[in-house]
Amino acid sequence: MNPNSNRRRLRASWNTTAALLILAVLLFPVYWMLNTALQPESSVAATEWFPASPGLENFDTAFSSQGGSLLTSFVVALGAVAVCLSLAAPAAYGLAQFGLRGGQGIVFTTLITQMVPGIVIANALYSAYAELGLVNSYLGLILADASLGLPFAIVLLRAFMVSIPNEVVEAAMVDGANRFTAFVRIVLPMSRNALITAGLFTFLFAWSDFMFALTLNTTDDVKPITLGIYQFVGAHVSDWGAVMATAVLSAVPAAILLVVAQKYISAGITGGSIK
Amino acid sequence: MSTFASTAPATKTSGSSAAPARAGSGTRRRGLLRWLFVAPALAYMALFFGYPLVRNIVMSFQHYTPKTYFTGEAPFNGLDNWRAVFSNELFAGSLWHTALFTAGSLLGQFTIGLALAVFFSRRFRLSGLVRAILLLPWLVPMVVSAVVWRRILDQDHGMLNSALHAVGLTEGGVPWLSSPGVALLSAIMVNIWIGIPFNMVILYGGLQEIPRELYEASSLDGASPWRTFRSITLPLLRPVVTVVLVLGFMSTVKILDLILALTSGGPADSTQTLGTVTYQLSFLQLDFGQGAVVGNVLILISAVFAVLYLRANRADFGKGQ
Repeated sequence: MNPNSNRRRLRASWNTTAALLILAVLLFPVYWMLNTALQPESSVAATEWFPASPGLENFDTAFSSQGGSLLTSFVVALGAVAVCLSLAAPAAYGLAQFGLRGGQGIVFTTLITQMVPGIVIANALYSAYAELGLVNSYLGLILADASLGLPFAIVLLRAFMVSIPNEVVEAAMVDGANRFTAFVRIVLPMSRNALITAGLFTFLFAWSDFMFALTLNTTDDVKPITLGIYQFVGAHVSDWGAVMATAVLSAVPAAILLVVAQKYISAGITGGSIK
Repeated sequence: MSTFASTAPATKTSGSSAAPARAGSGTRRRGLLRWLFVAPALAYMALFFGYPLVRNIVMSFQHYTPKTYFTGEAPFNGLDNWRAVFSNELFAGSLWHTALFTAGSLLGQFTIGLALAVFFSRRFRLSGLVRAILLLPWLVPMVVSAVVWRRILDQDHGMLNSALHAVGLTEGGVPWLSSPGVALLSAIMVNIWIGIPFNMVILYGGLQEIPRELYEASSLDGASPWRTFRSITLPLLRPVVTVVLVLGFMSTVKILDLILALTSGGPADSTQTLGTVTYQLSFLQLDFGQGAVVGNVLILISAVFAVLYLRANRADFGKGQ
């Protein structure tokens, strides 16, 4: 073994060590969240550095007080995914394949909409929702949350659908399918991966939403977990163990996404950065 | 957006696929049918993005009171809301806090993000895995992160003060969130932490696009690492830097979740931003007219930067589509 490659190997292992150190520093708050959640005795007083005798009691408390909110978040996020994809998929296909006049302008506008501040939307939506009776309703929150993923979903799906050969769809249409049937039977199955990615991110955006949950609900009828933990901290600051257990539970979708859709996350970061 | 194009499979220009499609459809009816694919999404965007923009402008000239939602009456009151907001000290303060918060956050996020992006561009074991796990803080709901930090930064029982005390750095314990002089700085610190992954990922992507030969040439010329960074990396990274900074700006300037969960705008209004003031005026004082004024200011600031973004991104936009 020549000394040069030895030196390179040594440097590489130093780099790995440094990377792990960076990871430890930057993920410390995540560790602290888990650590506190696993210590049943951690009340107001300071928390131990390690969960020497870990217990899941905090998670029991979290489930019993915030379980309903977790379910609400799940339902709302799934609803938002359904609304978002059923709007975005046909639109993306139309924009990718039909050469519509003004299509460029529409894609452009889609990108711009991501820059409208959420609080501005909430401000106007509240008035409209009050008139329509959509305040404190699942439907109202689902519709609003779909806006968080829609621009990203359209842009992502369109970028994918541009590469679907037109001949495939034309062939189906020769066989008697109309354009819409061809879209459902041919284009959607071909776009499965892109649809899953857009759906996962829309789920995460809706799950993470706090703004619409806070502003479009005046009662506890529809209380997603983000609103739940916010009020939990206001009311029960003494029980930090349970708060942290709730935090861990509400971070689960993020962790799942990190594992299953890791290679798409950089695309999602760009798309969701201005949510 | 360049990042979209690079992550999407083989993006061709739409011209090649559009031309035969257009030739195939002669009749107007088929043209209309095609619009039916796009129409629902367009209608949705008009309702959930277009309408709020217009409605906010109208609302800013209307007098809303808590009674409005019973009577339905919100009479026009000219420039009263605008005058009230612009003479409100809370608004002036929030403008200043928003500027500090945004500048501080971007500076920290960008510097650390760039350093990490450069670091992870080296090839070593576990680099990809560590980079992936580092994204977690960006994926966790912001309110949740803020709540965790609120515990860590607690003056009496927080982990940060215990640690500082243990190594003998502080005697009393820093009032991270409870002193008006420190709270904004703490909020900036937390937001830097949240924003690092975003900056790192995009800048890392940009670094990968720089041709390796340039670095080889510069190393043959005997240039120092710093010189290489300044003369090759930075200039070639500039378009990506603009994108990162502008996107970061747009998401930071309207911040709300983080502040509400961390400090609720306090202590003594020292962390009120344009976002929290809009929320407070509209949803706590139920003066939606004044809330709309602040919202419009927020839109105006965002619009200026949107134009900057589109200018910087114009070349990319044409290419990517």
